Amino acid sequence: MEPSKYAQPVPSGPVDGERMTVNMGPSHPSTHGTLHIVLELDGEFILKATPIIGYLHRGVEKLGESLTYQQFIPLTDRLNYCSSLMNNVGYTLAVEKLLDIQDPPRSRVLRVLCSELARLGDHLVCVGINAVDIGAFTAFLYLFRERETIYDLFEMMAGQRLHSSFTRIGGLFRDIPPEFEPLCGQFVESVQRTIDEMEGLLTHNPIWADRTKGVGCITPENAISWGYTGPCLRAAGVAHDLRKAQPYLDYETYDFDIPVGTTGDVYDRYLVRTEEMRQSVRIIRQCLDRLKQIGPGPVIIDDYKIALPPKEKVYTRMESLIHHFKLIMHGIDMPVGEVYRATEAANGELGFYLVSHGAKSPYRIHVRPPCFPIFSSFDEQVRGRIIADAVAVLGAMNVIAGELDR
Amino acid sequence: MVIEQIEAQLPGAILDRHDFRGDTTIVVDGARLLEVVDCIFREGFQMLLDVTAVDLETRELRFDVVYHLLNLVSQDRLRIKVQVGEGVALPSLTSRFKSANWSEREVFDLFGIPFTDHPGLERLLMWPDFPGHPLRKDYPLDGGDPFCNQDIGASYAPLARSLNA
Repeated sequence: MEPSKYAQPVPSGPVDGERMTVNMGPSHPSTHGTLHIVLELDGEFILKATPIIGYLHRGVEKLGESLTYQQFIPLTDRLNYCSSLMNNVGYTLAVEKLLDIQDPPRSRVLRVLCSELARLGDHLVCVGINAVDIGAFTAFLYLFRERETIYDLFEMMAGQRLHSSFTRIGGLFRDIPPEFEPLCGQFVESVQRTIDEMEGLLTHNPIWADRTKGVGCITPENAISWGYTGPCLRAAGVAHDLRKAQPYLDYETYDFDIPVGTTGDVYDRYLVRTEEMRQSVRIIRQCLDRLKQIGPGPVIIDDYKIALPPKEKVYTRMESLIHHFKLIMHGIDMPVGEVYRATEAANGELGFYLVSHGAKSPYRIHVRPPCFPIFSSFDEQVRGRIIADAVAVLGAMNVIAGELDR
Repeated sequence: MVIEQIEAQLPGAILDRHDFRGDTTIVVDGARLLEVVDCIFREGFQMLLDVTAVDLETRELRFDVVYHLLNLVSQDRLRIKVQVGEGVALPSLTSRFKSANWSEREVFDLFGIPFTDHPGLERLLMWPDFPGHPLRKDYPLDGGDPFCNQDIGASYAPLARSLNA
């Protein structure tokens, strides 16, 4: 792939013997959140980039140690706030692994459906923002129109647009309303047109190609060593996707493909994300078909020692009232042990490490955010390049400060 | 299986192992961590996903440092645990895995566990002169100074005890 004509290697010695230190962030428009990067510059060339993180550190892991397992779900919304449903799913799967339970079939299909909608939304935002940072404003507007529909769908499902908290341990908070499926069907049609429009605007756009091709290249070995996962790893040529490699939520029964890039540069990451959006649309279609096949059914397990009994039973039956009280006051009776559960989130491997000592709250809860290791390679990615490339690389890494800083 | 390989090549390095819900955990002697990591790296565990720690306040060796590794070929996962006491340093894995850099800085920041031969062991999430290590169990949930009455740098501990009493 030809290198970008704007990016030249760093001159061997300082041009005028002076280096300039520039703070990019913490509130730079291209940092999307609160990222702070200290750039050491020689002219326009970056000699060193030092990311300073922690501006959005809220102590989620510390808070989790004093909350019950159920109460932690709203905090997972605030990790990757672009795809909060996927964090909910990842966390509840971790707790369900600890409990060794499985949610009902309808809930599993709905979890896949909402995960793929969230992945679609996350990729739309990532590509749109990456484009607008580089100057392609139009693509961003087309993409954000679709994201609004995704948020409308989330609102129908969970009652919330951003902070969904849709899952519960053992299933889901509620079933989808009847008007969800027609709207989702319409959305699936329109988002495909939008992806086509976006590709028309970007894929063969010479300015876009100039700004992204050859920027942020990474070898597969290097990407693995840095702990890359998700689209950034696949763009580097490693066909690793947990949905295929270690299937969960019956992903092995869905029909979809894993796109892989070659050079790992920003352009490849864009292409991988674009193709993943199309694959997500495929999975969503299959989910909608399956929902029709399965028909109505429970979306949460009926073990009242884990999931709350329905309100009608609480108000009319003694045992259910006791279960409700016990569950709220004493929490779930957890086994002693530790589990690590990873799911393929939009950015890569989202892992939850839970240590239980049998109490109602976890002894230790640790989140492995996908963009944390990816962002740690930022210095290596931009060293010797110009500031404009740093903006492109930052956008393609899809760093979400909420999950980076926790 | 990789554990038999380690036991054959480095007898005595694995102190304990257990399986729970399909997760394999080995407890490794901290002094031999690098040897064990080299061995499992050769066996295909080439991705270090995560480094974290657990504070078990009452145990003599207070901390468990937990490494999660992934074998991309066989898709096996392995959890390595090392028990360390207060103030005892562990060898850094940055020479083998680049992803260890920030993860170890985070563990240093939030638990106060030092790592030797780390290229830049500084605080990561908290600011440089932050007092204490927030994920330790004796660090209070509200930070001990919720209204920021104290100067930065003041010890949180006495105030924290009075608040939590």
